[in-house]
Amino acid sequence: MSKTYFDETHCAIGHPKSTFWQWMLTIDHKRIGIMYAVVMFTFFFVAVATAMAMRIELFAPGAQIMDGDTFNQAFTLHGVIMIFLFIIPGIPAVFGNIVMPLMIGAKDVSFPRLNWFTFWLYIVGCIIALSSLFNFTGEGLDFNFADTGWTFYAPYSLNTGTNVITTLVAAFVLGMASILTGLNFLVTIHRLRAPGMDFFKMPLFVWGIYATAWIQLLATPVVGITLVLAILEKYFGIGIFDPSKGGDPVLFEHLFWIYSHPAVYLMILPAFGIMSEIIPVFSRREIFGYRTIALSSASIAGIGYLVWGHHLFTSGMSDLAKTIFSFLTFFVAIPTGIKFYDWVATMYKGKIILKSPMLWALGTIVTFAIGGLTGVTIAMVGSDIHLQDTYYSVAHFHYAILGGVVFLLFAGLHYWYPVVTGRMYKEGVAKVAFWLNFIGINLLWFPMFIAGYLGMPRRYFDYLPEFEIYHQVSGLGAAVILAGLVLMFWNFISSWKSGEPSGTNPWNATTLEWHLPSSPPPLENHSKVPYVDFNPYEYHHGQPVVKFDYETMKRID
Amino acid sequence: MSHEYVPEIATDRDGNEYEVQGWQGDFYGGKLGFWLFMLTEVMMFGAMFLALTYYFSLHHQDFLDASASLNRYLGGFNTVVLLVSALTMGLGLLKMRSGDVKGAKLMIWATIILAFVFLGVKAVEWTAEYHHGVFLGLDALQSGNEHSKPFGQILFFGMYFTMTGLHGFHIIIGIGLMVWLLKRINAGKVAPDHHILHWNIALYWDLVHLIWVFVFPYFYMIGAGDVTGGITHGH
Repeated sequence: MSKTYFDETHCAIGHPKSTFWQWMLTIDHKRIGIMYAVVMFTFFFVAVATAMAMRIELFAPGAQIMDGDTFNQAFTLHGVIMIFLFIIPGIPAVFGNIVMPLMIGAKDVSFPRLNWFTFWLYIVGCIIALSSLFNFTGEGLDFNFADTGWTFYAPYSLNTGTNVITTLVAAFVLGMASILTGLNFLVTIHRLRAPGMDFFKMPLFVWGIYATAWIQLLATPVVGITLVLAILEKYFGIGIFDPSKGGDPVLFEHLFWIYSHPAVYLMILPAFGIMSEIIPVFSRREIFGYRTIALSSASIAGIGYLVWGHHLFTSGMSDLAKTIFSFLTFFVAIPTGIKFYDWVATMYKGKIILKSPMLWALGTIVTFAIGGLTGVTIAMVGSDIHLQDTYYSVAHFHYAILGGVVFLLFAGLHYWYPVVTGRMYKEGVAKVAFWLNFIGINLLWFPMFIAGYLGMPRRYFDYLPEFEIYHQVSGLGAAVILAGLVLMFWNFISSWKSGEPSGTNPWNATTLEWHLPSSPPPLENHSKVPYVDFNPYEYHHGQPVVKFDYETMKRID
Repeated sequence: MSHEYVPEIATDRDGNEYEVQGWQGDFYGGKLGFWLFMLTEVMMFGAMFLALTYYFSLHHQDFLDASASLNRYLGGFNTVVLLVSALTMGLGLLKMRSGDVKGAKLMIWATIILAFVFLGVKAVEWTAEYHHGVFLGLDALQSGNEHSKPFGQILFFGMYFTMTGLHGFHIIIGIGLMVWLLKRINAGKVAPDHHILHWNIALYWDLVHLIWVFVFPYFYMIGAGDVTGGITHGH
């Protein structure tokens, strides 16, 4: 059997013999992607555990297992880990690294050593974030994580005695890692596409990564400097966000959301890319409206910059600004809607194959539609005044991010599992895990829409007795989701050793990552780079059109 | 990866051959990447200018008064120093590209010296301001005591030290990069036919001076209606 990327690697420094150092120093995009996945999902489960603790606390009114201060730290920890350590590196760090270069026929990303450096920068950020959990001065173990929420709103974040500064530093370092990832991908996509592959012959996942990379590059520096200003404010009192010196705390919110709103699009765009890969492959049809999907990614990235003000409807802004931001926000729904109709139209008269990646994709169409449309309701100034900072917006956010981004990340994990590991997971278990997650998310978050509408505020560790039923249904849903997650990851981990060998193209897919010489792929990917004179999803009568002679990578159809 | 890279050839159905672009030795990729990195710097300083503009509109007169108390002669001198350093950096790159490695090194050294001059003047300025009681953490820039400056002036000086400080930090990084560049030239890793590192560091230096070109008028010149140049003000 030929050597795969698990057997040999290029390293940033020297040629170490030990497997351990070969992984630590590797510049191979596939190995780096796997290491990102391992670290990210570890943190994911830490944040899930924190969320479970909060759900247990909220199962009945009054204090159950923690006091209010601990609860404040718990939701901050959950938010910081999920946002900065998990979902922002997210799909680009894992599949942008592993799959994107394979899809465009490249040997690696443009700057492999920068990629290695970026991964370790991410690790440094994670360590700083973890270190801010504890107080090292006191006796014994003393939790003292930031209690500000992941948004660090001034002036509270400037006054609280918890470890806000280290958390801000961590977010800054993680932001730098995100910028450098985006930069690397932009150059890769511009420079390293296989001959013949113009922008409109790229797979749509690459389009998603491309739009995302621009957001990473242009928006992240703004939040980076905002965090630096907040740190300087805390250390030196430069006054910028401090009303007692003439500063304006609302300016912090503006600067924060100028990044953090586009950030939700940098989460969702690569996820939409995964959807656009899975739908045509499992419908065995050419994707409907390729160009509109590609360009709607770009326009979501563009419009996403202009809507941040809708987070500030209750923070003090002129009515004119509110109206404009509200109006602009509606515009995001247009390109998103175009994508949805394109996906549905792709499936129409297709030969739909309900394997687990497709199940996840279809489930996401339901959950993301709920998440997206409820977003439009809170984009309206009038209803937002009522729903701001209630469970309604919490439910909206989680339907969109868990039910959109994370579900599609899971879809991608199933879809590309054979490329990464060369093996197939257990399909039956995967389907059970999907249904547990799908039922769980609706049980967990749908009641919150109602509770929020009736006035249940977010970030409270206690509530009035009339909200008990909603919290208990949510708690049940959380348990169901947890069971689904554990089952899914057990399936992945156990199948890595014992799964059936998958072959190079188990799904009959058309894009280049399925035309590799072996599965898992060799160190430098394609044995020979093909000339791309075809569209990414060409099917005819349910069969792929383009066929290769794998010796020469010439078309033989 | 110093091993020799031989580009691959892809063949289309008509037998035409196309060279495959690899990541190794990709001059335009390296240049594009650094331009993109420069964009992030622009966004970073851009956000600070945004905050500055906002507070200028809120505390107009305070900003003018605070600006008038800065020493425009020192600031102006530094502006000239940076402009000349941009020239020497650019000349160095031209010399490198035309094959004059020795001349290129000379120009890089000149740039390094000018960068140190800039930092020296900056240090003189900051020291003088410290002795006037205007510095981060001193009473004048805290609220609610007898030395407190008006709100707008606190904000002005807060942003002034933040932005000139971050800019100075970029100068220091730039000096480090140029020293590294000289080492690479001496080691033969940067040469007329392989000068992407030199190109990008020159680009970086251009951006550093460009930022100063905006920082200087915004902090030093807006209060220039008062023509004393800060010599008798700001005590």
